[in-house]
Amino acid sequence: MEEERRVSCIVCPLSCVGDVTIADGKVKTVAEFGCPRGEAYAREEVIAPKRMLTTTVRVSGGQLPLLPVISRQLLPKDKIISCARCLANVTVSAPIKEGDVILSDILKLGVDIVASRDLDAI
Amino acid sequence: MHEEIFDVVIIGGGPAGLAAAVSASDNGAARVLVIERDRELGGILQQCIHNGFGLHRFKEELTGPGYALRYIKMVEARSNITVMLDTMVLAVAADKTIVAVNSRDGMIKITAKAVIFTMGCRERTRGAIRIPGSRPAGVFTAGAAQRMVNMEGYLPGKKVVILGSGDIGLIMARRMSLEGTRVEAVLEIMAYSNGLTRNVVQCLEDYNIPLYLSHTILAVHGNGRVTGVTCAKVDAAMRPIAGTEFYLECDCLLLSVGLIPENELSRELGIEMDGRTSGPVVDQLRQTGLPGFFAAGNVVHVHDLVDFVSEEGEIAGKYAAWHANGKMGDCGCLITVKAANGVRTAVPQVIRAVSGNTEPVRLYMRVEKPEKNVTLAILSDGQVLLERKLRVAKPGEMIVVDLPVENIKKIGDDITVVLKH
Ligand SMILES: Cc1cc2nc3c(=O)[nH]c(=O)nc-3n(C[C@H](O)[C@H](O)[C@H](O)COP(=O)(O)OP(=O)(O)OC[C@H]3O[C@@H](n4cnc5c(N)ncnc54)[C@H](O)[C@@H]3O)c2cc1C
Ligand code: SF4
Repeated sequence: MEEERRVSCIVCPLSCVGDVTIADGKVKTVAEFGCPRGEAYAREEVIAPKRMLTTTVRVSGGQLPLLPVISRQLLPKDKIISCARCLANVTVSAPIKEGDVILSDILKLGVDIVASRDLDAI
Repeated sequence: MHEEIFDVVIIGGGPAGLAAAVSASDNGAARVLVIERDRELGGILQQCIHNGFGLHRFKEELTGPGYALRYIKMVEARSNITVMLDTMVLAVAADKTIVAVNSRDGMIKITAKAVIFTMGCRERTRGAIRIPGSRPAGVFTAGAAQRMVNMEGYLPGKKVVILGSGDIGLIMARRMSLEGTRVEAVLEIMAYSNGLTRNVVQCLEDYNIPLYLSHTILAVHGNGRVTGVTCAKVDAAMRPIAGTEFYLECDCLLLSVGLIPENELSRELGIEMDGRTSGPVVDQLRQTGLPGFFAAGNVVHVHDLVDFVSEEGEIAGKYAAWHANGKMGDCGCLITVKAANGVRTAVPQVIRAVSGNTEPVRLYMRVEKPEKNVTLAILSDGQVLLERKLRVAKPGEMIVVDLPVENIKKIGDDITVVLKH
């Protein structure tokens, strides 16, 4: 079974839109992209798309009720929502420093979630 | 009234103000003050928890708070910078006395040798774009909603429609989706999104959120709370097309319809404004038409990259310090910079040709509409000073060009920036 997908390249401001054909989970052809970087992006985007996750977790005893957090590396795109749901149940206590690990190895994906700012205690 | 004296006073503690403070201190200003009305420094960055900040400056992709923290630490490391938080500036007089207020000291009078405006932007509200219909609760600007969701911890609604597809609207569509809110649609009156392709892909397509281009909202429904909106397609003149109306049910409408520089203070001083940027007219040193008053960041023109905001802050800080120390000297002859023919804005709006100028002048420009394969040309007296080929040009992405000193010497009375097809 062959599948054709249109992919918008996000690597540079030219924003080329190209076509990728996939068969048996493998990329067969890549066309219409302006450069090899775009082709490489498209190959990964159709087979194993990845995203950073930024969200917040609840804080007890802090200057603010929420702490912004970020994944240290990219996560599989289809796991982003479950990771966000998982972090919705996390509460940390202030004080917190930027880079503190808030949740290690989230959903066993091998990626840590860290604080993206300092947050003092009240 | 409590009174204080400083060399350089900076109004607004966002990225522009923080960079200005660090630079003023590093360039010889003895006493620097940053006045911020919020409870902490960092400005709008503190609510922009997504990543994508600082690629130019720090060569890494930081979150908004992460970027702010780097500058807050630089400010804290300089003992001659004082920060007043929870303090609102009410008025600035031409003799550089500033009246501010906070709950600790009441009214404060501050005297400065140089003043830098870094008050940022305000969001356009419903009034500014005049949507008819009832006035129910549940209508917010996207930035206000961003602050609620990311800093205060409550959701503005469960079923949302977003009007406006600039980056703030797109980022909020993803943010609300991650928080479990349904985003019904994003509507955009223009035929294109002003947001980055990356945001269209990662904030809308990833969450299957429809983007309706050339669409607008005709009416907001609901008594007490929003219950839905009537939408329609628009024609090339942006008039709704009869027969294309449809209804979207929602309990929340977010408006992401543009930012306006916050210039009440500068306007009251009678500082000359640029009708296109809605900010003060500045020269390449970021000095306004009133000597000793400088401006940087979103207060001058709406930026999309914080890196350039910091850069402007640094320039303003340096020359405000020079002004405070009496080092500015002859202010040179004035060359006006005009944007025309497809170029909407150009900053700085004036260039001072001071003898002994050694630095190139960096011009920041925005085009009127998306274009492909055009040439940006900088002209003076009919002569081409510089040309730059652009494969794409989008209104949402600022164009940055350095004008070398040799070129400035060749300039007549003014320069014009145009697009050639
Ligand atoms: C939602 C959103 C998303 C963005 N995403 C990105 C991105 O992904 N990447 C990127 O590089 N850039 C991004 N930007 C752009 C960038 O963050 C802004 O251009 C930048 O923060 C502007 O800085 P500023 O210092 O000029 O203004 P601000 O950050 O708005 O700071 C102005 C400060 O002045 C204070 N103030 C105003 N009036 C007074 C007064 N009278 N008295 C005392 N204090 C006062 C305000 O409280 C505020 O703290 C984004 C912007 C927004 C709004
Ligand atoms: S394919 Fe190449 S040229 Fe086209 S947008 Fe991607 S990186 Fe840019």
